[in-house]
Amino acid sequence: MTDQPKTTEPAPAGGAPGRSGLSPRKRQQISRAVQYVVLAAVAVFLALRIEWGKLGENFTKLDVAEKTLPDLFTVALKNTIIYSVGGFVFAFLLGLVLALMRLSSVRPYRWIAVAYIEIFRGLPALLIFLLILFLPLAITGLEIPGGTYGQGILGLTIVGSAYMAETLRAGLQAVPKGQMEAARSLGMSYTRAMVSIVIPQAVRIVIPPTTNQFVSLLKDSSLVLFLGVSGDYVELTKFGNDTASTYANATPILVVGVTYLLVTIPLGYLASRLERRQARGR
Amino acid sequence: MTVSSANPETSEAPANHAVEIRDLHKYFGKNEVLRGIDFAVEPGQVVCVIGPSGSGKSTLLRCVNLLEQPTSGKVVVHGVELTDRDVDIDAARRGVGMVFQQFNLFPHMTVLQNVMISQRRVLKRGKAEAERIARENLEKVGIGEKCDAFPAQLSGGQQQRVAIARALAMSPALMLFDEPTSALDPELVGDVLTVMRKLAEEGMTMLVVTHEMAFARDVADRVVFMDGGVIVEDGSPEQVIGAPQHERTKTFLRRVLDPTHTDI
Repeated sequence: MTDQPKTTEPAPAGGAPGRSGLSPRKRQQISRAVQYVVLAAVAVFLALRIEWGKLGENFTKLDVAEKTLPDLFTVALKNTIIYSVGGFVFAFLLGLVLALMRLSSVRPYRWIAVAYIEIFRGLPALLIFLLILFLPLAITGLEIPGGTYGQGILGLTIVGSAYMAETLRAGLQAVPKGQMEAARSLGMSYTRAMVSIVIPQAVRIVIPPTTNQFVSLLKDSSLVLFLGVSGDYVELTKFGNDTASTYANATPILVVGVTYLLVTIPLGYLASRLERRQARGR
Repeated sequence: MTVSSANPETSEAPANHAVEIRDLHKYFGKNEVLRGIDFAVEPGQVVCVIGPSGSGKSTLLRCVNLLEQPTSGKVVVHGVELTDRDVDIDAARRGVGMVFQQFNLFPHMTVLQNVMISQRRVLKRGKAEAERIARENLEKVGIGEKCDAFPAQLSGGQQQRVAIARALAMSPALMLFDEPTSALDPELVGDVLTVMRKLAEEGMTMLVVTHEMAFARDVADRVVFMDGGVIVEDGSPEQVIGAPQHERTKTFLRRVLDPTHTDI
């Protein structure tokens, strides 16, 4: 529902009365009144229809919420952070390699990078996790190092690197050409100029969008659930699901949801702040 | 391999020109920007290249340190043929400083780091030595007190002087200037030209693409007028600016020296 009635009803030029005979101002007032009425109706309907007692019983039972501690933080949140930070670091590095390949003058490198990016950007993250799960079946003797952590981080690396590659490519291309020329004219090799001059500036440019990508990886880390993890390896979502089953109560789901938000909302703010600062600085 | 001193054993370059260009052609796609350039710069000379925009003068300058790859022809700098495929271009560029219209300082580094980075990474100078040389050169261009500032905190004129110091810190034997004052506010042009004039007086070999006619007249040993990808006139400032022989040169100079003139 729009809260900007101006856009839904373009005012006739010059403030003259429209076809309906009402002034634009009057129509705006009516439109706003209608919106408030709809809102009130929905609220009343929900208030009457929902069994609040049962809902509270199921989602906000304090004794069940208490049972999630301290594992909620010491195991589940810790693991979520391990999976997502690990995935982020490797996705960043692989993304940088792919971005450089994509911009390379060697044509096969460009093809490989484009193929990788197109494939893994186009696949659902869940499918990639299932792939990792079934991979050792297909290739005998294949063992992903790092056990469950390794599998989870690998999955997130694959998911994240394709996006990261595109972001970093945009960042590399946003560094003015004169920077490379200045570095080369000072006698630096192409590689040295990339490492010392272009990449540091590109990374600065992509900090805000990569912060958002970290948030999205953090959420995707919930897919580790499908790797069949247990015990010390569970992350937030799996932990919430398990605890909810144990007590036949949905409170842990809500608790876990709030825990995600404790991390993702501040990060979102951080990203938009960095973005604004950069917009000013340039 | 040292580039700064001409190597007498190099059979390719019998004469010890600082820069020697032979039959240089450069195409951008189908567009021929340089149509056979022949000229030389002697050590210690200051040569100003003037001409209308699109005449190929910047491209010529950029061919001298191979920021543009010539389509054909020969570029020899201090006895090293840059157009030879086997030449170590990174080594050759060390002896040639370049100053750009847009300064191109590294924005993520302080002024001091800007002047130190390639000394450290390319010449492998020690930290103390690199810093000493950086400070000397910054002092020389009159920005000694701005060492810890970032480029964005400096005026255009100050940034350009840092860029000159950065090039000088590599101890080049030749300096290329690509319209160094064209991006500056008019009141800041003087500071940069003063530094360049000082450099010329010290005997630096300089190749300067510029629209500053007063600078060309007062400082240059030679003025080269280019138009349409060829050198139209090449001589002393008195000849080229004072008494141009060709109609194209006359037209250009009329326009530059008196912008209100419209009989083109």
